[in-house]
Amino acid sequence: MKTVLILGATSDMAQALARVCVAKGWTVQLAARNQEQLAALAGDLRVRSGQEVVQVPFDAENMRMHAAFYAGLPEKPDVVVALFGYMGDQLAVRNDPEELQRTLTVNYAGAVSILGIIANDFEERGSGTIVGVGSVAGDRGRQSNYIYGSAKAGFSTFLSGLRNRLYPSGVHVMTVKPGFCRTKMTESMDLPGALTAEPEQVAQAIVRGIEKRRDVVYTLWMWRWVMLIIRHIPEFIFKRMKL
Amino acid sequence: MRKISDWGNYPVVEAEVGGFDSVARLQEHLSEPGELIAYGNGRSYGDASLQERVLLTRRFNKFLSFDESTGTLCCQSGVLLSEILEVFVPRGWFLPVTPGTKLITVGGAIAADVHGKNHHLEGSFGQHILAMEVMRNDGSVIRCSPQENSEFMQLTVGGMGLSGVILNATFRLKRVETAYIREETVRARNLEEIMECFEASASWTYSVAWIDCLARGDDMGRSIMMRGEHATLDGLVSPAHKAAPLEPRRKPMLSVPVNFPDFALNRWTMQAFNFAYYHKCRPGLHRNVVDYNAFFYPLDAIADWNRIYGKRGFTQYQFVIPREAGREGMQHILKRITDSGLGSFLAVLKLFGEQESFISFPMAGYTLALDFPISLAAMDLFNELDAMVADYGGRLYLAKDSRMNAAMFEKTYPNAAEFKEAISLLNRGEVRFASLQSKRIGVTA
Repeated sequence: MKTVLILGATSDMAQALARVCVAKGWTVQLAARNQEQLAALAGDLRVRSGQEVVQVPFDAENMRMHAAFYAGLPEKPDVVVALFGYMGDQLAVRNDPEELQRTLTVNYAGAVSILGIIANDFEERGSGTIVGVGSVAGDRGRQSNYIYGSAKAGFSTFLSGLRNRLYPSGVHVMTVKPGFCRTKMTESMDLPGALTAEPEQVAQAIVRGIEKRRDVVYTLWMWRWVMLIIRHIPEFIFKRMKL
Repeated sequence: MRKISDWGNYPVVEAEVGGFDSVARLQEHLSEPGELIAYGNGRSYGDASLQERVLLTRRFNKFLSFDESTGTLCCQSGVLLSEILEVFVPRGWFLPVTPGTKLITVGGAIAADVHGKNHHLEGSFGQHILAMEVMRNDGSVIRCSPQENSEFMQLTVGGMGLSGVILNATFRLKRVETAYIREETVRARNLEEIMECFEASASWTYSVAWIDCLARGDDMGRSIMMRGEHATLDGLVSPAHKAAPLEPRRKPMLSVPVNFPDFALNRWTMQAFNFAYYHKCRPGLHRNVVDYNAFFYPLDAIADWNRIYGKRGFTQYQFVIPREAGREGMQHILKRITDSGLGSFLAVLKLFGEQESFISFPMAGYTLALDFPISLAAMDLFNELDAMVADYGGRLYLAKDSRMNAAMFEKTYPNAAEFKEAISLLNRGEVRFASLQSKRIGVTA
């Protein structure tokens, strides 16, 4: 029996994860900005599990409130999964300082802030699992989404450092890289079937990773190899490619 | 724009695709003028949920309420039957009606008014709906049930998504003691025998037969009948089953990773398969206890099995003919099919019970469903079969269809004209629900 705190619980991946967790008999705490959507998900989980589901407001961008948010949880979780993210239109991010700020805060600074607070608590307790969702976009900068990608790259580096720091205290830190996923962000696009995961597959991979204490999880195995190749293309060739 | 198709991979269309996970988001979609059609999990075979603009319902998938004392479930239309089973079988509940795949949405099950192996006793899925809410083309929500707005309900159950977008539905699950089925399999040497077997199995809750549609002559119609009842706790024998009566062991999923080349399925490979499948079952009667997945959903264990038909795609020809016409009609139609040699390994025969619905497929009689790889020869054969089916007073199942013409639909569905009129009244306005199928069969312009 674990208690799992899901940050950014209104995304499709988060919803799938919450369902897999309650099916395993774990308790979930849902945190996100939109309380109405959260209530709908909480209702669904109650029907599925017959159990109470905790629902708390959380805003990744409002970093000053993060400590109070964590202190205010009715029960401290065993596992925290940060699933919030923001991918705006790359052109807008390039030209609009507010979009840029938002991209950097949600994908990097806000995530570092809340997970840092939770890491301190887990370190003191000497147990717990912290899961952060990076992105294959962070494995190499590509012209189509390098600002989002660089924030995710920074977040991945943060997670790897955190893993290094917390290893002696027995806290597990896991980085998830989902690749393409069928969510509301991508449902209108033609994605390559073999490289595209359903949110349920991502959720299953996360839960498996938590149980097996994995360090880095690519939800579809092909992505590990695809990104290995992409990472090793020499820069003088890579800069000429249209990706 | 995205390429999209239904289960038969025929036809494939370029469509503008959008989804919704809230009523407000759906209303936004319906504020854009034009034609569109709801698309659930893409398990209808033809073009019933295809169109230039497609509305994905899969993310509208929350459970809303469940009453443990009566088994009454209310859920959003994008919930899959498989999700219902996963959540409720361990708690001792089962679907009132299920088709041969659990990978369909509740909305799709109502829109196609699907049937299962228990139709002769327990009717179609739509007959179990206690209430539902549907969004009209103007964004308004209409609540309907057999008592309230019952005319609208009639147009929606089996109405192939043309009256509106189903939002949620309330229906009652059935109590089961175990997740297992007490199954009997009986081998029948020909059509005569299998039909007698159906008549003799009328009291079984579930019955269906696999039929070898390639065997000819004296062997024509040789088949294997599978009938079953939900196993009671006392009915379980294996210690493993008894230890966890409601939670059968999960079996590993197989999958077909790529499209097979077109030559992989030919007359000889399919004949070999059918021969092996038929002879694997020894003559006489066999008793078995199997988990519900093995009994109801053998093909769901193989992900993407439609790929064995390759890129050309396939269609399932499913018709029903009245019981009175049964023997002679089936003999006649099956002969035409076996003579053509075009069928494949998946052919299913079932005896339906009575059903008085406005626009649904089932009627008291025999239904036969056969898969065919798409080919010109198959299309010619279907046209011939259509004429025979119509002559015997039968009709085709819209959920499987990708090629029937308007004349056939009008001739064989007794309420076709009224349905068409009612749908055109409902579809007045800037937004209209229409699919490639509804246009082809003349229900919408």
